Amino acid sequence: MNETPTVNGNGRHQPPVIENAALTARNLNIYYGSFHAVKGVNLDIEKNKITALIGPSGCGKSTVLRSFNRMNDLIGSARVEGNVSLHGMNIYEKDVDPVMIRRKIGMVFQKPNPFPKSIFDNIVWGARINGYRGDANELVERSLRQAALWDEVKDKLQQNALALSGGQQQRLCIARAVAIEPEILLMDEPCSALDPIATTKIEDLMLTLKEKYTIAIVTHNMQQAARVSDYTAFFYLGDLIEFDVTQKLFTSPSNKQTEDYITGRFG
Amino acid sequence: MAVHLLREIDKLKKQVLSLAAHVEENVRMATQSVENRDQTLAGKVIAHDREIDITEVDVEEECLKILALHQPVAHDLRYIVAILKINHDLERISDLAVNIAERAIALTNLPEPNVEFDIIKMGDMAREMVSRSLDAMINRDTELARKNWFSDDEIDDMNAANHSIIEAQIRKAPDLLEPLLNLLSVSRCLERIADHATNISKDVIYMIEGDIVRHRKKTLKAEAEQKARDGSAD
Repeated sequence: MNETPTVNGNGRHQPPVIENAALTARNLNIYYGSFHAVKGVNLDIEKNKITALIGPSGCGKSTVLRSFNRMNDLIGSARVEGNVSLHGMNIYEKDVDPVMIRRKIGMVFQKPNPFPKSIFDNIVWGARINGYRGDANELVERSLRQAALWDEVKDKLQQNALALSGGQQQRLCIARAVAIEPEILLMDEPCSALDPIATTKIEDLMLTLKEKYTIAIVTHNMQQAARVSDYTAFFYLGDLIEFDVTQKLFTSPSNKQTEDYITGRFG
Repeated sequence: MAVHLLREIDKLKKQVLSLAAHVEENVRMATQSVENRDQTLAGKVIAHDREIDITEVDVEEECLKILALHQPVAHDLRYIVAILKINHDLERISDLAVNIAERAIALTNLPEPNVEFDIIKMGDMAREMVSRSLDAMINRDTELARKNWFSDDEIDDMNAANHSIIEAQIRKAPDLLEPLLNLLSVSRCLERIADHATNISKDVIYMIEGDIVRHRKKTLKAEAEQKARDGSAD
């Protein structure tokens, strides 16, 4: 538990020390059947910061992200070894309820997936199921404001959520996630289905959200990782190759593989 | 994306190399025009500088285009940023060559003062520093860049010594004030050229190693000397 994160690479790189980690992965190994998808990853996700996970397709970044709230439990062949700790508690312990974990660690997916219900119900449903007994109107307004969507939808809260634009739907999903007040928000390519304007709105929103939440994001868009994140982790073939402060990783990466990937000279 | 970017960077490299060659040549001609009191050669330096100004703008536009269209990162980003700065230094070096050439023109019409400082040697040193900084850039040689940067003190000392010599000479022969001031200006320009060469050397180090070394000369020089001592002890 006390070992510091190490990075597989050329040995000269010293990854930054994360003083205040919201989530820590230690010796994390994930298998899909006999396929070893994530290999001995040690990674700290700093509280109230944005950590970007980048790498080519199949490098294990989404698998790592999904392991952070036990989404891999839903895949029959997936097996997780090692430790993912939230406040020192391994979320993979036998007696830990994955639903409780997902309440604390919310997720936003690549494709916006609002319920085929009204905007209002999209927010209230999840919160009610999770035990929210407060004022529904107040919750809806607060969540939509946090997701920077309130001004656009306040006059049509009873309208079907599917009538919103893609970018609005994604912000609604973020509002739905923050309505249950998680500590950590996991985002799996949240902007890949959005146009540049909607993407900018989500990115601006992330910068506001990190004041209250810890964010880990998987993105294929390297400029996005460079723009929004504080830390970046580069994965390749299941290994965590380099983890560093984003500015450092994008100006002077320590590892040749990272450099080749981010400069587009890969393969 | 990488193929387009690499093509653009190659094009930029060629432009910068051509600019560097022209600037080097201008410094050579300028110092020679002072040495030989050659007005024609001095005129060439001035004409040449106009072309250098145009190339400088072209290089800057090319860098801005690459930044806007390709958003380079890592060594590509460092390369473009370093070239933007080196480009500016090269243009300034050429401007200083023009200043020297103008002094050469003025000196041809003035009486010859008898001063004991070696403008030829100083010119050679400044030229060599420019040339070494450009070699370091072309060959990605940080060791040469460091050596060049650390050798700047020598030319600074020479300029300071020249200042004292000229001052004494002016007191001795006030009627030669004008040619003496012109020579002092040449000395100062050569020292400034060497400063720009050290700037280029520092940018080469950043370009290759990603470390901004400016304002850390004392520490880094001491470290390098220690390393050299340790190496020779082995």
